[in-house]
Amino acid sequence: MKTKRFIISFIFSISALVFIAKLFYIQVIDDSFKLSAENNTLRHVTIYPSRGFVFDRTGKIIVANQSTYDLKVVPRSIEAFDTVTFCNLIGISKKDLVSVFKKKKYSYKPVILKKQINGEEYARIAENLYKYPGFYTEKRSLRTYPFPVAANVLGYLGEVNVDELKNDTYYQSGDYVGKSGIEKVYETDLRGDKGTEVFMVDVLGRVQGPYKKGSYNKQALAGKNIVSSLDIELQKLGEFLMQNKIGSIVAIEPLTGEILAMVTSPTYDPNLFIGKKLAENYRKIEYQKNKPLFNRTLRSMYPPGSTFKPINALIALQKGLITDRTVFVLNGYDAGTHIVKDHVSGAVSFKKSIQMSSNAYYCTVLKLIISDKRFENYANAYEDWRTYVKSFGLATKLGTDLDFEKQGILYSHKYYDRYYGKGHWNYNTIISLAIGQGELGFTPLQTANMTAIIANKGWYIIPHIVKDIGAAGIDKKYKEKHYSKVNEKYYQPVKDAMEAVVSGGTGMLAYVPGLDICGKTGTAQNPHGKDHSVFIAFAPKDNPKIAVSVYVENAGYGSTWAAPIASMIIEKYLTDSISRPWLLKRISEANLIKNK
Amino acid sequence: MKSKVIQKIDLITLLLYFLLITAGWMNIYSSSYDGSGFSFSSRYGKELIMILINVLFLIGILFLEVHIIPTVSYYIYGFIILLLVLVLFIGDKTGGSRSWFIIGNFKLQPAEFAKLATALALAKFAGREGLKIMSNFRDLIILLFIIAFPAFLILLQGDAGSALVFASFIFVLYRQGLPFYILVIIFIEILVFISVFFISLNTLFIILIIGILLIYRILTGNKRETRLAALLIIGLSMIGFMYIIFFRKNIPVNIILLISVSIVSVIKMIRVFNKGKLLQFIIPLLLLFYIGSAYSVDYVFNNVLKEHQQTRINVLFGIEKDITGVGYNVHQSEIAIGSGGFSGKGYLKGTQTKFNFVPEQDTDFIFCTVGEEWGFIGTSGVIIIFTILLFRILKIAERQKSVYTRIFGYSLASVLFFHYAVNVAMTIGLAPVIGIPLPFFSYGGSSLFAFSLFLFVFLRLDAERNTLFS
Repeated sequence: MKTKRFIISFIFSISALVFIAKLFYIQVIDDSFKLSAENNTLRHVTIYPSRGFVFDRTGKIIVANQSTYDLKVVPRSIEAFDTVTFCNLIGISKKDLVSVFKKKKYSYKPVILKKQINGEEYARIAENLYKYPGFYTEKRSLRTYPFPVAANVLGYLGEVNVDELKNDTYYQSGDYVGKSGIEKVYETDLRGDKGTEVFMVDVLGRVQGPYKKGSYNKQALAGKNIVSSLDIELQKLGEFLMQNKIGSIVAIEPLTGEILAMVTSPTYDPNLFIGKKLAENYRKIEYQKNKPLFNRTLRSMYPPGSTFKPINALIALQKGLITDRTVFVLNGYDAGTHIVKDHVSGAVSFKKSIQMSSNAYYCTVLKLIISDKRFENYANAYEDWRTYVKSFGLATKLGTDLDFEKQGILYSHKYYDRYYGKGHWNYNTIISLAIGQGELGFTPLQTANMTAIIANKGWYIIPHIVKDIGAAGIDKKYKEKHYSKVNEKYYQPVKDAMEAVVSGGTGMLAYVPGLDICGKTGTAQNPHGKDHSVFIAFAPKDNPKIAVSVYVENAGYGSTWAAPIASMIIEKYLTDSISRPWLLKRISEANLIKNK
Repeated sequence: MKSKVIQKIDLITLLLYFLLITAGWMNIYSSSYDGSGFSFSSRYGKELIMILINVLFLIGILFLEVHIIPTVSYYIYGFIILLLVLVLFIGDKTGGSRSWFIIGNFKLQPAEFAKLATALALAKFAGREGLKIMSNFRDLIILLFIIAFPAFLILLQGDAGSALVFASFIFVLYRQGLPFYILVIIFIEILVFISVFFISLNTLFIILIIGILLIYRILTGNKRETRLAALLIIGLSMIGFMYIIFFRKNIPVNIILLISVSIVSVIKMIRVFNKGKLLQFIIPLLLLFYIGSAYSVDYVFNNVLKEHQQTRINVLFGIEKDITGVGYNVHQSEIAIGSGGFSGKGYLKGTQTKFNFVPEQDTDFIFCTVGEEWGFIGTSGVIIIFTILLFRILKIAERQKSVYTRIFGYSLASVLFFHYAVNVAMTIGLAPVIGIPLPFFSYGGSSLFAFSLFLFVFLRLDAERNTLFS
């Protein structure tokens, strides 16, 4: 009988050994179960920091956050419920609801049922949600723009794309990131630091409390607030004036290079690009006629027209080719192949040449510059002139803190060599450059900056849109002065003449008593249609606070449209009022797009 | 008298018992502990009350007049059979089976006590002087009936797991004279059943034919006949294959094998019939039985087993991978045990069991808590303690003069082994999920009380081993 007991004992022992062997395998050798256990029970919840606000220069909030809510559900933990009532409450179709559950019937992982429920809707849903176990809401933050203006400057947020995910480990799929404007350029300042909370959860995904008393948690750090240099009221006025027009307004504070207003028209309401509305509205607006998403202030390259004359005047003064007392007796300018027409004739003084915008005077000036005997040939003289022009920040990437800035057009002599043949061109070939036409293209930002240089008598600070970031301050390159190649002493006669433009010249519609506005009209010829109306201005003359450039596409004379717009921007900024409501009405109501 | 009983009680078994009960309660406490203060209305609180009542009751058992036990065996058996029938009619239906009496706040599961009652009846009947299991056919039938009848009633309740426990009495029958080869035959049949899920019928048949021929060769020592049988089977199969090839019939290979084997086996069986050569008759019969049973596996699987039982078997064999559905239990159970590592996460520090990832974590899957919180040290410790206890019970059983007590002891060891082994095996994915509790560990009064009673009646009988003869 010993053998029988032995065999039974043997079976008992073998079983025990098999169990111990298997247990040794799953408990000691195989690590995969430990990982599964952790995934089972630890939930890492990302705490999104609140994104930095953006203020305008007067302290008004222009970009803020609003709370929205995502409705989520843990499919495994729901109970039977009245779907019709539920769908009505949530505002989704039964089909959508069913499709969510069909796919993830057994899932313990939360599924998003509806994104971005606004506060009002949330209140209504939250009140009734207790009837539906397994459903819960999660707070999310979205942008909101209290002033529906400056869309192209402020930019917008969108979900990260594949490249952004790859390039920056900060982001997780589904995160929002700045796609343009301030939101994009200052993304790293605005976004802050994400935090993490580690929770232990039970089988139904219910939170059971913090893991290890929260010692693995990381606090979220709110993004930095940004103070923009924009004056939002000025921006608003600019957009109001530019409605139904194509064009742009750029206003700069000459002393600091701070951009006060940056209007591109047509534009759109930035609130259209929030959250889930983005995809739908973006497609709609992207393909709209006249491209509201195209920031003309940085990307349109217009010929400056007559607003370029002061620059040629300054260069000629610096080169000693003329003085502020130089008078030419003129009756148009004979360019050999054709006569450059001029509405001014007879004896034209330096001051009058700017005041009345004499074409022939500046053709003569350019002829002097290019045929300067100090240079070996025209090409060298041209190249020297070109460096002067560039020293005004024209046809140069200024390095502003907004994306997609264009360089502009100002060809080197090689272009003409190629086009006409080396030595086969002279000043008359390029005479259009004298009056800001021909192979020239400056962005409105560059033209505004050029105006600021005149106002400052020879220097500029790179125009920028952000005045202050948290405690750190802005990049020091936005504090440095850049000098033009024209000496300070030559600016006074130009400024005097520009004052005369407004007080009794081509820009009289820009005259506002007591403001000392200096300006220059321009009518930029445009091969595609009616001329662009251009005006540059700054004020007050001796202590300039604001420099403006205005372009109105296909609107005709600079004096008619651009000049009054510029003057109202200046007046609004300096006095916070508009003294000519009739003009405001006339300009804002004018529709200059219809003929295009 | 009192002091004598205490002195004669087997202290090692008693110690192991209290070790298991204490460890069991600690794990129930851990898996149902919710962080608040101690409460008697919680599961661990209720279990503690049951343990205390149970221990008081067991002390009472020790003072029982021991001679009564054998005499009332049949009455107890009869009473339990009555309860098993009764529960079919007035029992409470929970979780698909009708196996509970509900009396006020008290729940009673007669199936748990049926094992004890069966052991009593079995001991009484098989303990008779001069009983020879294999020589008296009538006695064997009665013995099998004593075991099978309560199992059948429990199966009717829908509690297949508890019914299956009665299969463990095979060890008792073996101890009392059932030949070893019966165990081997049953073992091979189980292997055949399992292998159908993993290998093709053709492969299985070839293995079976070669295996049985080898066994025949070894047991009979008849080399010539074995070779002849092998050649006959091969030859007949060849004819079959040629028939398929020439007449382009679509007959599966295993059918050809079946026919060849059947012809050879039947010829052999007819030749040795009534010539007293039992072995030469039984071995071909067994071959036919195994091959036939392989065909019936799908029938048994599809028609006898219930849907959830089919799924459990599929999950065990890795045929179905339903991690969120039925396979969820086993998967989560393995995660919980596996995540414990070598030394565990520490008492009360388990996360899988605490946060309800493992279903029935304080009843059938209590072993997960052990695995998660005590690690490999804990799990192997529990297995070793159970094994020592089983060895101890066998040792005690063998030192009895009374056959009654010995049979009763073997019954106890068998049932205890089956419960613990199947429960542990299912939590670590070695057996399909059969809902039977881990003795002394799982939450539940009926199970605890029935096993304690079983053990203590045995200890009480053992204490009187010098006075008890029968």
